[in-house]
Amino acid sequence: MKVINNTDKLKRVFAESLGISANKVKNSLAYQKEPKWDSISHMVLVSNIENEFEISFDTDEVIAMSTFAIAVKILKKHKINFNNVTKK
Amino acid sequence: MLLKNKTIMITGASRGIGRATAEIFAKEKASLILLSRNFTLLESLRKKIMTKYKTRVLIYKADIRNYNDLKEVFNDLFKKKISLDCLINNAGILKDSTLQMAKIDMIKDIYETNVFGTIMTSQLALNSLIKNKKGSIVNVSSIVGISGNAGQTIYASSKSAIIGFTKSLSKELAPLNIRVNAVAPGFIKTDMTKGIDRKFYDKNINSIGMRRIGEPEDVAKTLLFLASDLSEYITGQVIGVDGGMII
Repeated sequence: MKVINNTDKLKRVFAESLGISANKVKNSLAYQKEPKWDSISHMVLVSNIENEFEISFDTDEVIAMSTFAIAVKILKKHKINFNNVTKK
Repeated sequence: MLLKNKTIMITGASRGIGRATAEIFAKEKASLILLSRNFTLLESLRKKIMTKYKTRVLIYKADIRNYNDLKEVFNDLFKKKISLDCLINNAGILKDSTLQMAKIDMIKDIYETNVFGTIMTSQLALNSLIKNKKGSIVNVSSIVGISGNAGQTIYASSKSAIIGFTKSLSKELAPLNIRVNAVAPGFIKTDMTKGIDRKFYDKNINSIGMRRIGEPEDVAKTLLFLASDLSEYITGQVIGVDGGMII
């Protein structure tokens, strides 16, 4: 049995893409308020989220993704489940 | 085999410079993704390339003025797990007119194709290029985008926009190891220049230092250099391919 926690997974992608510690990744984490989340790291972040969750964003979604909480909302639109999923 | 293991998208691939580029890139073993509004011509090109060079060729009917067309192409590539190493923004249209005689529909058509189309394709290609942590975008501008030309005010300004786009984007993407360059062709033998009258043709030839019209392959070979790793430390540049033309 394997529990897939997409919140943790997304937090890890954020931390790795922005080069910050995982405990800094909270709902309030915001583009350009966090010094390491700049326009360059945003491009890397978007690309890494697409890779990790196997989805493709629209341009409007890329522009809208300005906080961690909004990223979760956008991923939910792509049918990514943020309740714990148990897989055999 | 300068392009082995590279996946390259070429817009406006069915004719002229785009078609010559597709053939030269296939010879160098690139995997190709070809876009054009003319699917029939693309199909015949794919058959020719696959028979002659045995490389992978995907073709898409797409109008680069239409965001949804482009989005469908990139969604399909995403589903197929294909990411790009290089984008050649070649698609463009040429319509001559002085400013006074330029109808608004013509101005929109030129800008939607030459400028908006190039920008939208590049924007959609970005995530794919970032995945490979290395890449190249090459835009096709024009000598008149550098020098200007009477009677081509709208076209020339659209090609100047491409130069500004190239230089700015190269600065944005350099930290991600993605290079952005442009070529500026002079007087090239394509469908765009086919119908011009003899007097104008001769005048153009006389303004070229090498005294000959350029072949699409002359431009394609420069695109090959900019797409390949031979130019891996070059970004933000505009290379004239004009045989020493003076306007």
